[in-house]
Amino acid sequence: MTAVTAPAPPARAQRPIPWTKLAWVTWRQHRVALAGVAVLLGGLAVYLLVMGLKIHSAYQAVLSCHPLTSAECLVVTRPFSNYHQTALDTGVLLLAIPALVGVFVGAPLLARELEAGTFRFAWTQGCGRLRWAAAKLSLLAITVTVAAGAFSLLFRWFYQPFLDARLDGVLAPQLFNLVGVDFAAWTLVAFSIGAIAGVLIRRTVPAMAASRPWSSRAATPQASITTLPGCSASGIPARTALWLASRRSAMCWRTHRNPCSTRRTRT
Amino acid sequence: MNVIETSGLGKRYGRTWALKDAALAIPAGYVVALVGPNGAGKTTLLHMSVGLTSPTTGQVTVLGGAPAGSPAALDHIAFVAQDAPLYQNLSVADMLHLTRNLNRRWDQQRAEARLNELRIPLNRKVGKLSGGQQAQLALTLAVARRPALLVLDEPLASLDPLARHDFMASLMAAVAEDGLSVVLSSHVIADLERMADYLIVLSHGQVQVAGEVEALLAKHRTLTGPAAAADELAERFAVVHARRAGTQAHVLVRSHQAVEPVPSGWEASPVGLEELVLAYLREPGAGALPGPMARVTQHAGIPA
Repeated sequence: MTAVTAPAPPARAQRPIPWTKLAWVTWRQHRVALAGVAVLLGGLAVYLLVMGLKIHSAYQAVLSCHPLTSAECLVVTRPFSNYHQTALDTGVLLLAIPALVGVFVGAPLLARELEAGTFRFAWTQGCGRLRWAAAKLSLLAITVTVAAGAFSLLFRWFYQPFLDARLDGVLAPQLFNLVGVDFAAWTLVAFSIGAIAGVLIRRTVPAMAASRPWSSRAATPQASITTLPGCSASGIPARTALWLASRRSAMCWRTHRNPCSTRRTRT
Repeated sequence: MNVIETSGLGKRYGRTWALKDAALAIPAGYVVALVGPNGAGKTTLLHMSVGLTSPTTGQVTVLGGAPAGSPAALDHIAFVAQDAPLYQNLSVADMLHLTRNLNRRWDQQRAEARLNELRIPLNRKVGKLSGGQQAQLALTLAVARRPALLVLDEPLASLDPLARHDFMASLMAAVAEDGLSVVLSSHVIADLERMADYLIVLSHGQVQVAGEVEALLAKHRTLTGPAAAADELAERFAVVHARRAGTQAHVLVRSHQAVEPVPSGWEASPVGLEELVLAYLREPGAGALPGPMARVTQHAGIPA
């Protein structure tokens, strides 16, 4: 048993492990988390689709009613203005998605390996820890970012009638985080915060707990219409229905002051 | 070729040195037993050898000069960490698939044949396997990578006696089949006595003994004689450990030459591996760092 048979390691650069193989590893290890995200986003997408179709048809009804200031048209516009509050509430709910991604996909990604000690297995395979980490982080980051991007496009379509009606602008605080690149970008940031918390804390559950407030911080609306004095939430739909009649208003985006200021300009 | 070579290797955690100034040159083709009490620095040394931990001082190269943890090194070294950590929620088949996808070298047939022999079902979740089966699976995954060097950290610690026996049998079969070099650590010397042919004793973060088992055993003897004359032995031998029982003294000595006559009035008896290790561990000041050590100093300019 003293025969020297060990081959010398080749000096030439090694062919790296193909990404497809690492993608399989990533998928196999994180498919539960990814499936959770898929179910969550899928369920919400179906809801947005169904509600969106209703909103679009309600908006068509509003557009085809002439003259808008007539009593009949006021009745026709009511469903549409009711949908507006629902849509705003839905938006607030959706703001939780990036945080959920950070907590359930990002935080356990590395924390679980460190906690269970399996990093000692994973990092000593031929692949090497850098490529292993790069593959996992980038593949999951791309997946959640693309999913969030697609989702915000869907939300944009869902909300478009209210924008067309100039009830809100995309810069409104409760919308800004949901449309355009912001939602995808924030999801990516939340995922990264979760992953970093996992590395620093090295325990799955504490890392999840720690990444939640950070992941959701920037995605919280800075101000809400409903909480401002003199602008009760219930009063908005009726007012917006009236405002709808005077669509020529140049003020097409609403900051938190707008419900009050519109009343002033209207009278 | 040396499978692991270190010079001035040290690792400090906070204010404690887990390993200090370790100079080792482990030649290829051996089954190396790395023994020492808990906290002696065994895991630290092994982790640095496979690139899991970076040294505070010094350097470690593997398989004839590759830096530990480099891609070339990882390709040819398989590591089974303490408690054989595997993904508990994966099936055995998925665990094979995962390991295959993470490595350039992989022998699927071999892995499946071994598991078949061990009667470990492929569709069983890893978490549902017994401790012995998990250790065997970890060994299978390591061996199927066809490594030149297999490093095992306390592979037997959590196994019952039967599982230990089976594990060692599997390991010996793999060694016989592939002729790979093995480094395994343990704090139980008896487990390794039958298979190790190279011994490294670590104690308090220092390398105390390193050498071929046969040569070490040939050089060491226990001399039994009058306690009063025990001190005189030190002039002729390196006394590792002396134990007095009444008027008798049992002195474990190391000869300077291979064959040295027994002094009159003393009776010599050969030592076993366990006895030798225990004697050194009881005397942290004693050290036996033969042959390869001299070569390390000559190799001082190994590229990092």
